[in-house]
Amino acid sequence: MEVGQLQRQFVEHTASMFHEGFLDGQFSQLQQLQDESNPDFVVEVVSLFFQDSERLLNELTRALDQKCVDFKKVDAHVHQLKGSSSSIGAQRVKNSCFNFRNFCEEQNTEACFRCLQLVKQEYLLVKNKLETLFRLEQQILAAGGSIPMME
Amino acid sequence: MAITAGEEVMARDSLPSGPPELHVLAVDDSHVDRKVIERLLKISSCRVTVVESGSRALQYLGLDGERASVGFDGLKVNLIMTDYSMPGMTGYELLKKIKESSTMREIPVVIMSSENILTRIDRCLEEGAEDFLLKPVKLADVKRLKDSVLREQGEEHEERRSCKRKLQDEYMPASPCDPSSTPMPCPSPPSLQPPSKRPRLLNVD
Repeated sequence: MEVGQLQRQFVEHTASMFHEGFLDGQFSQLQQLQDESNPDFVVEVVSLFFQDSERLLNELTRALDQKCVDFKKVDAHVHQLKGSSSSIGAQRVKNSCFNFRNFCEEQNTEACFRCLQLVKQEYLLVKNKLETLFRLEQQILAAGGSIPMME
Repeated sequence: MAITAGEEVMARDSLPSGPPELHVLAVDDSHVDRKVIERLLKISSCRVTVVESGSRALQYLGLDGERASVGFDGLKVNLIMTDYSMPGMTGYELLKKIKESSTMREIPVVIMSSENILTRIDRCLEEGAEDFLLKPVKLADVKRLKDSVLREQGEEHEERRSCKRKLQDEYMPASPCDPSSTPMPCPSPPSLQPPSKRPRLLNVD
């Protein structure tokens, strides 16, 4: 695929991620922190987010599977997930954590379990889309083009 | 002058000619947030040390009760930025320990939190926090903070210079504004914020 096409795909994909609320302004902030001295900053932070999230989602699954659910622990994990998703601008993941915490407070296991499914879904969606984004970036650079600046 | 690897070391040993550099100690249990705050500070031309807990922070500052151990490299810390919610020791508890220390209480401490809880903010300010930042922390927050800390340091420095005894010839300070390393106490009030001060929560949406 030629560079122009790749760049157009990149622009469309990025725009839709913001438009559909997968990403918010914090992601743009991270992009601004990237430069020639730190060209992989966004990828590195997002990779940390993936690692953290997968660990937390596993812990949450385990915690909600217990006979006697430790809601304080569950809440602590959700709080962490909410924090890191907020820090990278993964808006829909962050938002899916709000209700989760309320149900923790109510100690409602069923509702918490449903929330977990929702959070997992949102996480997988944004992960998929971000990986596509990074892949497009790599392809553009490999084809000798430059990454378009987004408004 | 060609830029070589040795230049940084040389610059540190001679009188600094560029703008003063803040050494910031950042404390956060989140790996993601540690990476982001480190970048925000480096881009703002600060020297950064990042640790993952309050106890590691105290170790670094040499306040853990044991003899100065891992990580304490004698590099003076000009500002501490700590997350509020951390397992083990919270940012609030860390703040209290720092303010209770005669050697460290002058260092401004900023609390960062993802939760905008007024009672929490008030409690931190009453305990002597310099400021309270809502996460995610932005570049503009860091810039404002840096300017504020440098200005306060500059003011303290001026106050001490106006004291009768000459300090300049005795030794070479590590940074131009290094109030707590001066041997002579000046009759000037410490730069603690009054409890009624509210931080300018510029990043509240």
